[in-house]
Amino acid sequence: MPYLPHTEADRREMLSIIGVSSVEELFQDVPTSHRCPELQLPKAVSEMEILDELYAMALKNSSTGCFATFLGAGAYNHFVPSVIPQLASRGEFLTAYTPYQPEVSQGTLQAIFEYQSMIAALTGMDVVNASHYDGATSMAEAAIMAVNVSRGKRRKILVSPCIHPQYRQTLRTYLPGDQVTITGDENLRAGLEDLKEMLDDETACLIIQNPNFLGELMDVEGLANAVHGAGALLVVVANPLISLGLLKPPGDYGADIVVAEGQPLGAGLNFGGPYLGVFAAREEYVRRMPGRLVGETTDTQGRRGYVLTLTPREQHIRREKATSNICTNQGLVALMAGMYLAYMGKSGLRAVAEMCYHKAHYAAAEIDKLDGYRVVNSAPFFNEFRVKCPVPVAELNAALLEESILGGYDLQQDYPHAENEMLICLTEMNTRQQIDRLVTALASVQGV
Amino acid sequence: MTRQPEPLIFELSSPGRTAFTLPELDVPQASLPEGHVRDDLNLPEVSELEFVRHYTRLSQKNYAIDTVYYPLGSCTMKYNPKVNEKAASIEGLSQVHPLQPEASVQGSLELMYNLQEALKEISGFAGVSLQPAAGAHGEFAGVLIMRAYHESRGDFKRTKVLIPDSAHGTNPASSAMSGFSVVEIPSDERGNVDLDALKSECDDTVVGLMLTNPNTLGLFEENVLEVCDTIHGCGGLVYGDGANLNALLGIARPGDLGFDVLHFNLHKTFTTPHGGGGPGSGPVGVSQRLAPFLPGPIAAKAGDHYTLMMPEQSIGRLKAFYGNYGMFIRAYTYIRMMGPTGLRAVAEHAVLNANYLKAKVAPHFPIAVERTCMHEFVAHGDVSGTDIRALDVAKRLIDYGFHPPTNYFPLIVHDALMIEPTETESKETLDAFAEALAQIAEEARRDPELVHSAPHTAPVTRLDEVTAARKPVLCYKG
Repeated sequence: MPYLPHTEADRREMLSIIGVSSVEELFQDVPTSHRCPELQLPKAVSEMEILDELYAMALKNSSTGCFATFLGAGAYNHFVPSVIPQLASRGEFLTAYTPYQPEVSQGTLQAIFEYQSMIAALTGMDVVNASHYDGATSMAEAAIMAVNVSRGKRRKILVSPCIHPQYRQTLRTYLPGDQVTITGDENLRAGLEDLKEMLDDETACLIIQNPNFLGELMDVEGLANAVHGAGALLVVVANPLISLGLLKPPGDYGADIVVAEGQPLGAGLNFGGPYLGVFAAREEYVRRMPGRLVGETTDTQGRRGYVLTLTPREQHIRREKATSNICTNQGLVALMAGMYLAYMGKSGLRAVAEMCYHKAHYAAAEIDKLDGYRVVNSAPFFNEFRVKCPVPVAELNAALLEESILGGYDLQQDYPHAENEMLICLTEMNTRQQIDRLVTALASVQGV
Repeated sequence: MTRQPEPLIFELSSPGRTAFTLPELDVPQASLPEGHVRDDLNLPEVSELEFVRHYTRLSQKNYAIDTVYYPLGSCTMKYNPKVNEKAASIEGLSQVHPLQPEASVQGSLELMYNLQEALKEISGFAGVSLQPAAGAHGEFAGVLIMRAYHESRGDFKRTKVLIPDSAHGTNPASSAMSGFSVVEIPSDERGNVDLDALKSECDDTVVGLMLTNPNTLGLFEENVLEVCDTIHGCGGLVYGDGANLNALLGIARPGDLGFDVLHFNLHKTFTTPHGGGGPGSGPVGVSQRLAPFLPGPIAAKAGDHYTLMMPEQSIGRLKAFYGNYGMFIRAYTYIRMMGPTGLRAVAEHAVLNANYLKAKVAPHFPIAVERTCMHEFVAHGDVSGTDIRALDVAKRLIDYGFHPPTNYFPLIVHDALMIEPTETESKETLDAFAEALAQIAEEARRDPELVHSAPHTAPVTRLDEVTAARKPVLCYKG
């Protein structure tokens, strides 16, 4: 039996020290009527056989390696430098527990402290926690935190309709109707001016995504003043996070809480998870923050060291009065994101962000030249843009797939007015040759 | 472990140094968006070799399952098979976008479907959603499912969740997040739920009971059938915290015992690595009547085609996409390699190891409730006749090359040391651990200062947590 070290002699000796004659005797508290059911599972296989089974499953997939990929919409096909999986899969990181015992967890703790510091720099915020499950749950926790900052007095959450639809759905699962009112996105065309008008003394926060789900850079001039003027908090979903290699950080334009999907920072696509919930805030709100925080301190000999801190916010201390129920988070993915930021560094992150930007603008210009296709963004964009297509996006994508091209996101699924609009995403992984191939394929499909 | 201090990555930085490479830009440059471009970005600048050494040296400041024994109660720190990592990195399974057309992800959906089916069979439930990303997320899902079930029946008066005093802190926190109040139920002297106290709280305002079984004392709830009947009798539901499922694999199925909903911890029971705090994975399983309320989307099979579907009365989605899929690959690999016989052997050996270690530890540290335990047990960690407390013992174990057990939990046992050996540890390791505890008890009497000031061999000694909290330094300030 794999992974079980006991010999028959071990078992006999152990049973005799326990003072029982069989293992079955240890289970006498289990009701006999339900004890030891025969599990109807396939019988055990060897390592060779399970790998063969998984390779066969993999053959039923088409991985992004088979395509020219132009799909983003919350999950991004960025390059992962080899050093990251190599180092993150070291057993000392991979098989360590949550660093509750700081003396034997300084590696994890210091790495997370560095992650917090780099995300703070990237977002322009003061404090960063050790992660949430993903961008969507980070956003939901930010809304809860905003309500808590108002000590529960403000119970209206204003959300822009240009936030990732799955994030808004997650928010509504987290905050069922009788606890708060979630509003702002009933009108899917609502812009920032419309949202500003909805601010009032009930509003706990306004949540926007920038660049928004449609790829556009929001005109945030004066937004924080308006939000703060109403006594509310400004929450910014900074997706896609790579954009902050180039763009102004939300801290610069007055955000109180910044959340994001950290997947682009070295995590790979993984069919949607594990990803990384980035969560940052202004210092004045740190004691209302959910999640774990690593802080710097000294040991009894005065040496620098790191600990989990401000734990009275957390469930294992405060139980039902905690700021969140979160316990296990995405520690290893946070470690990898920290590695990614350190490896790319000051100039590398800027270079990747600019490359995404230039590729997207080249692709947009080429597609816009095609008969029947039009780039319809109403504002500057980063690496995703909207294309009005001559046929429904689903049809177009099926045709592109035939050409080994993974087309963009069908916006009409979530925004009925965006008829035949495709959200196309470019990253540093897209070569000019791929872009030209997409343009050619789109041109040939035009007559469908 | 390395004891050399390691600078912060920022302190290794030199202006102009780089590690990354990128292809040349092969498209024309576009003009950057005016007014939107940032001025500065304070990230480190290091070479690749410095980078590799930095993270390698950091890793050497950790204890981990791969290096030491980790008897952490309720955390199930068992061996994480290396084949799992290989499986999860198979490119055809991992380099897949979550929004690809279904026809191009049939392999991934088949794997999710097979894992759902396996978890259903192991737990005795009718439905499973893999979406929750961790145990607490699964708990939250479970409480929302109970709420949705009651509301679907027009029953809006149920507002309180009953939680035994031995429960994990996430149970009350998850209930509070769902808008419910929490009523604590005491344990009796045998470590079971106090049935009289339970019955006195049972009325038509009960949402349900959150029960960990085996509980955090490592004891199987002796009255489990009656407890479930009692809750069902007042119209409530029974939630199972699956953190301790390792003891029950092939031994008992929570669904058969009367549980209505349960979360699994793939990162405990099913060997996905803990990663220094995550990612975990917390699928939720439910009985037939709760299946329509599962969070989604979940994988389904139509003929020989796999698809994603939203259960008809779903509580909604709990995160973007489908869950921590990378963990699904690992857990599935493990379940297939163990098979039904192997899974039962896992539980049997986990329980054998715990009872063996309990017998070896008991002469030195009294056991909180003396009964046959399941996969873990709780001892009092103070040494009588000395001022040595559980914390001191825990820290001194580090010097013997062991990770400390969970301590000061469960809250109902003073100076608790909660010890879970897991099935993957050999008799020799358990003997060495018991011997270390015996030595520490001896040291406590002979040289208490040695124990008080432990650890002595770790990269740092005990850390000043009070100052860390009073004057928080949460970021490098340059």
